[in-house]
Amino acid sequence: MSSWARAAILLLPMLFMPSSTMAMPEGVAALGRPATDNEVVAWDIDVRPDFAGLPPGSGDVWAGEEVWLAQCASCHGDFGDSNKVFAPLVLGNITEEDIATGRVASLNDPAVTRTTLMKVPTLSTLWDYIYRAMPWNAPKSLTPDEVYAVVAYILNLGYVVDEDFTLSDTNMAETQARMPNRNGMSQDHGLWSVSGLPDVSGSSCTADCDVAMSVTSFLPAYAMNAHGNLAEQVRSWGPFPGLWTEMGPEPIASASAVAEVPMAPDAALRAGGCAGCHQMADQLIGPGFDAIRAKYAGQEHAAYLRDKIVNGGAGVWGAMPMPPMPAVGDDALQQIVAWLTSGEESERSD
Amino acid sequence: MASDAEQGQLAPAPESFLPKELVEDISRQGINPGRRSLMQGAFAAAAASLMAPTLLADDDPDIVNLPSWTRSLGKPVVVNPYGQPSPYEANIVRRQSPGLTRTDQSSVSFTPLQNLFGMITPSGLHFERHHQGWVDIDPRRHRLMINGLVETPLVFTMEELLRMPSVSRIHFLECGANTGLEWGNVAVPTVQYSHGMLSASEFTGVPVSLLLERAGFDRKRATVLLAEGADGSSMTRTINLENALDDALVAYGQNGEMLRPENGYPLRLVVPGVQGVSWVKWLRRLEVGNTPWATKDEVAHYVDLMPDGTHRQYTSIQEAKSVITAPSGGQKLLTQGYYDMTGLAWSGRGTVERVEVSVDGGRNWRIARLEGPLLPKALTRFHFDWVWQGNEAMLQSRVTDSSGYIQPSRAQLLEVRGTRSVYHNNAIQTWRVGSDGEVHNVQLG
Repeated sequence: MSSWARAAILLLPMLFMPSSTMAMPEGVAALGRPATDNEVVAWDIDVRPDFAGLPPGSGDVWAGEEVWLAQCASCHGDFGDSNKVFAPLVLGNITEEDIATGRVASLNDPAVTRTTLMKVPTLSTLWDYIYRAMPWNAPKSLTPDEVYAVVAYILNLGYVVDEDFTLSDTNMAETQARMPNRNGMSQDHGLWSVSGLPDVSGSSCTADCDVAMSVTSFLPAYAMNAHGNLAEQVRSWGPFPGLWTEMGPEPIASASAVAEVPMAPDAALRAGGCAGCHQMADQLIGPGFDAIRAKYAGQEHAAYLRDKIVNGGAGVWGAMPMPPMPAVGDDALQQIVAWLTSGEESERSD
Repeated sequence: MASDAEQGQLAPAPESFLPKELVEDISRQGINPGRRSLMQGAFAAAAASLMAPTLLADDDPDIVNLPSWTRSLGKPVVVNPYGQPSPYEANIVRRQSPGLTRTDQSSVSFTPLQNLFGMITPSGLHFERHHQGWVDIDPRRHRLMINGLVETPLVFTMEELLRMPSVSRIHFLECGANTGLEWGNVAVPTVQYSHGMLSASEFTGVPVSLLLERAGFDRKRATVLLAEGADGSSMTRTINLENALDDALVAYGQNGEMLRPENGYPLRLVVPGVQGVSWVKWLRRLEVGNTPWATKDEVAHYVDLMPDGTHRQYTSIQEAKSVITAPSGGQKLLTQGYYDMTGLAWSGRGTVERVEVSVDGGRNWRIARLEGPLLPKALTRFHFDWVWQGNEAMLQSRVTDSSGYIQPSRAQLLEVRGTRSVYHNNAIQTWRVGSDGEVHNVQLG
């Protein structure tokens, strides 16, 4: 074989290699280890529409009702019809005709609430989902028999099976044949594959296009605040502030939505000359204000601190003495001492 | 501010700036936060008047009177070991749409698109969609299993996954139900709620193709993958093997750091161009198969109801879509003149080829400027120079992607899909600007 041909053969797979594909470098094959049988069993609990993965077991409608009332009814209602927490599972609106045709006719009716049982075409889905994710606050706590029973109960609520019905791994397939919307799904569309064909197309018109221009829908004034005050959901400064949608007039100074935070008395600290030796967080020449505030939180320390600031001191935080600070005026002194002893979270000065 | 007559005069000494009543009150009862802030206000005013130079009529006091941050020592490092936005950005957060869901564990929070820039969503603002709550997973105890049609089922630790060859890719992530509330009529006020189940990040991880090759998957029989989460819901979705082999990642990184817990820490599937529900979070298992699984979110949800009562199943690709994010619903223009109108465009089928903008409800269109880089299955930022002259305007944007697909109008979309399909609403969005400058979400017909 010529060297050209050899190169071409080597290159061929590269040319068709998808964008993320990379050759596996030497050594990568040693990463990861074989999964044990037990591990696969522990995690691979999925059940396919052809019932691959379905564990053996059975449960009847009455057993299902028992589990249901104890573990499911609090969210879904005694008859699966509650919309308190989730959309209703069953509403008793599935007809014999639906079961015969495998198409739930009321899905065409916009006035009818779409329930789970109206939609779900595959019995395996109910089994799989309940087993893996229910009950809501204790997923994976039901046994396979309990899941068979609960599924039987739901099917009975929807008139798919009688009340003396027992569902098991051996009759899942024949029960599937009664699923009310088993023929209601289509995979005939272009949205599964990147190269699928679109079913809708936009217009390329760019000038004097013939389009309808009247407003057919908008939020009425009473609904503008249904999501809260929009002025507080948009950057409060800049070119496009939010609309004030709360009742009552917009406050004049609505520009800043930032609440005032307790500030360190930076003016006093600067004016008093404190900042020359003290930082906020860390020891500089003297201790950090954070440390002082932590140590002397509480009004009882006020007199002590006032004395230290006015007369100076030494030996508490280290060898470096604190000089008397006569430049701190009485009011600033009061302000600083109050802040040092407040014990509150304080926004750092800016 | 001092009156003209007082300007340039000496201000009173700061010692006497506190009102007498306040001083007496404090010496009687000590200091509480209210009194302290009164004092600080008085002190600041005194300090300002002490230092204020003469301010003339045209002068900006924010320039002439140096602000406190220009005259003080700043904060030290690591006040916030993990940095936080300015307190002045407190409005810009994820938000729930009231009444949309009745439990907060199976719910949505929306990204504040109206105030974001560029093509990346800050990780903390990435929208959330959880099906059974979110969890904090100890990465040392997390495993990824690959089984099904493979030579050997494998288990990987996070340490091993982080040792594997990795790539970093920028992609958008859009929920299939984004804009789902707007099928029938206008239902929400702002772009945060209408389009905010959309985010974009740089994701880092291991190509799925490499992991499948490592496991020795059955190339002849395999057509699909099942992805499964480690959370309570153990959410499962069937993935088209075509996508999986093309550009899907098992990702641990997001915008330079590890994934946020709400976004799947420590591991999630990234399926570029495909609806968010397939990007399974807290990913614990990939199973190679030859027939779809019809999981709960493939038969009861994420199915598109067509006008004839049929549900479309496995509608995965997010078709091309665009929206103007600023100005947008719930905002207002304060003055006439120039604005940098801006928005986002994206396509699950490739790159953004062109974005056009109309300010007259779709009658006339002009080309918008695209901000690069133009990456496949990523967000593309567009800009449109606009001078608002105080008249009513109907703002729209329309994207064309690299496959030639043109974003449909609402009428064009509804003609085929009806109004009840919930998912995959990629219609052109209209914002009405009133002559008062208020911007409102509207639909035209």
